[in-house]
Amino acid sequence: MIKKITCIECPQGCRLEVDVEGGYVVKVTGNKCEKGEVYAKQEIENPMRILTSSVLTKGLKIIMVPVRTSRPIPKARLLIAMEEVKKILLDHPVRVGEIIIPDFLGLGVDLISTRDAI
Amino acid sequence: MGTYDVLIIGGGITGTAIARELSRYQIKIALIEKEEELAFGVSKSNSGIIHPGTQNPPASLKGKLCVQGNKLTRELAKELGVDFKEVGELIVIFKAEEMGELLRIKNEAEALGVPRLKIVDRAWLDEKEPNLSKNAVAALYAPTAGIISPYRMVYDLSENALKNGVEIYHLRRVIKINVMPSEKTFEVVTSREAFRSRFVINAAGLFADEISRMVGVADFAIRPRKGEEFLLDKKREHITNHLLFPLPSPISKGILVIKTSDGNPMIGPTAEDIEDKTDLSTSEEGLKKVLEGVQKLVPSISEDDIIAYFAGLRPVAGDDFIIRHEDKVPGFINVAGVQSPGLTAAPAIALMVKNLLKKNGLQLKKKLVFQLHRKSTVHLFAVPFSQTKELIRQDPAYGEIICRCEMVSAKEVRDAIGRGATTLDGIKFRTRAQAGRCHGGFCTTRVMKIMAEELKLPLTEITKRGRGSEIINEERHG
Amino acid sequence: MDKRDLVVVGAGPAGMAAAISAYESGVKDILLLERDQYLGGILNQCIHPGFGLHHFKEDLTGPEYADRFMKKIQTLPEIEISLRSFAVNLTREKVLIYLRPGEMKEIKAKALIMATGCRERTREMVHIPGARPAGIYPAGLAQKMINIEGWLPGKEMVIVGSGDIGLIMARRFTLEGAKVKAVVEIQKETRGLIRNVVQCLEDFDIPLYFRHQISKIYGKDRVEKVEVTAVDTGTKFELTCDTVLISVGLIPENELIEMAGVEIAGEINRTSLPGLFVCGNSYKVYDLVDWVTRDSARAGEMAAAYLRDLG
Repeated sequence: MIKKITCIECPQGCRLEVDVEGGYVVKVTGNKCEKGEVYAKQEIENPMRILTSSVLTKGLKIIMVPVRTSRPIPKARLLIAMEEVKKILLDHPVRVGEIIIPDFLGLGVDLISTRDAI
Repeated sequence: MGTYDVLIIGGGITGTAIARELSRYQIKIALIEKEEELAFGVSKSNSGIIHPGTQNPPASLKGKLCVQGNKLTRELAKELGVDFKEVGELIVIFKAEEMGELLRIKNEAEALGVPRLKIVDRAWLDEKEPNLSKNAVAALYAPTAGIISPYRMVYDLSENALKNGVEIYHLRRVIKINVMPSEKTFEVVTSREAFRSRFVINAAGLFADEISRMVGVADFAIRPRKGEEFLLDKKREHITNHLLFPLPSPISKGILVIKTSDGNPMIGPTAEDIEDKTDLSTSEEGLKKVLEGVQKLVPSISEDDIIAYFAGLRPVAGDDFIIRHEDKVPGFINVAGVQSPGLTAAPAIALMVKNLLKKNGLQLKKKLVFQLHRKSTVHLFAVPFSQTKELIRQDPAYGEIICRCEMVSAKEVRDAIGRGATTLDGIKFRTRAQAGRCHGGFCTTRVMKIMAEELKLPLTEITKRGRGSEIINEERHG
Repeated sequence: MDKRDLVVVGAGPAGMAAAISAYESGVKDILLLERDQYLGGILNQCIHPGFGLHHFKEDLTGPEYADRFMKKIQTLPEIEISLRSFAVNLTREKVLIYLRPGEMKEIKAKALIMATGCRERTREMVHIPGARPAGIYPAGLAQKMINIEGWLPGKEMVIVGSGDIGLIMARRFTLEGAKVKAVVEIQKETRGLIRNVVQCLEDFDIPLYFRHQISKIYGKDRVEKVEVTAVDTGTKFELTCDTVLISVGLIPENELIEMAGVEIAGEINRTSLPGLFVCGNSYKVYDLVDWVTRDSARAGEMAAAYLRDLG
């Protein structure tokens, strides 16, 4: 089947037509450079996203601490990841870049703080 | 609870003015209001104009009580610490042929006792009202027109009434009234409890006809007449020096350029008869009509100046106020159809109601101790910087700014809650927080947190104007 | 009255960059005023990535970008930080009054840099007719609610405006469990980045209606539904929702310099009053914080040059 997606590798935003069979990319057209082909393959076969959200604290000066996954995680897992994030109660100070949950969801990425919270 | 001497139904400008007046006497008074806070009905959309008394039907209660009220409001404002400014008004004409109409208005007003009216010419207008359209040929100048904050007036009246012993109950909607003539008592059944009272004053605004019908008096109907109003940026405060009126139409005083007590000019209102007593929506047509109307008066007003808009409903019961003791239902006094000039007339209406009560059997003995004065509310934005330092020294919370656009401090917000605000709108009306150009973009979260703390409520129960208007849906919990 | 060489009003990315740059250009007496309880300004609530791609050649979240500057400032004792400090008045003589809990301070500054950011356009400014229930918020206020306070403003949302803030919040609230029913844009293309359209809307199947506008809001006490109209054809449809987010642009906050009777004039960052500079979003609305940093650093240099010339 043909899937139509927009490439976001550069501001051009080429509209790609991707021929997909059995979940695999067979052919990509519409891209003005090779980045588009690489992007299409990743996006169709294994789309990944960085998750950013915020975590509730207890006993710290700020109520919510912003967090991110250290690397992208599968797009399909975003909502489940959010459920886990909402359960976290951070009750000790953290610094920017510090790991709050290592190997988050067993996906091999860490959930790290993006702000000092003391 | 016992039996009250007087029960007032309705907590707007009319009800609270009556409550405060009656609180001078040794009688037991209660005021009941169906909304979460006072002034949440008709009064909150009031333009804030204290009319001189022009443009009222001849020999009407409106005319007589407006002229009387114009004088009384000044005294009342001083007693309650409410800011009143005499700014004067101009009724403007654009054609020489309209002079006849203008003179008719002048003569009728003078017959009512409106003082110091005069016709002013182009030269006067050039000097005193420079932004007025050059197409205006003349105007009727009524110097005794003034401006006041209508909801601050309601709150300050109610505070003084409370101080002088009036009981005030919110969230009490009247469901039915049992008339018990043998006991000379009414039983007013509300959504919560029932109140027994010897006399009942119906000051229920838009719903006065429904209340009156409950006791079998059904000879008037309240028809809502919608008025859309538009607020301009405070930067345009000095675009006019007086209130500007066109010639009136049969159903309204016209589309005006209004100076408000808070500084923002206001334009409008429209006048549209509608059916739904709860329809407060604004419209594209309303905006067009208002801009057309005001640009005739002040051509430099543009749509870009508008920072807010809202609609109000006038409770119209024919041409005049209906203020009468219902002889068929002794003890029941209707105070209905109080549209413009209701705000102006309020203290005079209160006196008239007092006299009706006296005439119909209520003994009125003056209290030995009556708190005549109320200490003015502190507004940091109204205080010169020389005094600000002292205020902050007295209370550090005056230095904690919550609302950036209107310069409102945490202390003022807490005080407003202490004086009865339980909603965001209540705080806005009392302090001006959220009323500035960013409309709460900066201060809403701060105000909500103070409210949650002071009212001991979860944040999810903080409302805009009562249950049903909660601001947020959920709060993250551990 | 206190006297200072340089006062910087606002410690968001603009103010921080200006203060650091002024210091590096030789100014050793700097007062940095910030109304919040922490530095960082609006970046604290911009928890998504996309910041610093140019300035640091890294893809940072807003708080991470702010942190770089905060850490730098903390190493410079010559920059005095005053938090919870609200500037309320400015005169042509460069006298600034600010309030803090328990204090009112008046300072005479030799030079001033205003970095007071911007505010959002509200529903009223785009005149959406209809009722006035609870549940209508500027997108930035909703962002502050969820990211700073942890509050979810509503469960079913319609977003007006396809600028980046609106797109980002469409994703944010979907992740938090709300249903974002549509983004409605009056123009024929998005005002935001394509990346955001893909990762905020397409990822979650959120429809984006171009050449459409909200023609009426319904709801007695809380939003109940909106009427959406196609601008070109007049076709209308309704969407039930309990929240409307408004994302239709930003306005520089310049009330303080207006109080002083001063205007923005001449080359970038300059005003009609020598020694008074404006930078960041309060100078003009920027689309990337990297450019805010670049230009605000220049403002710091300009202030330093002005002070040098004063002698």
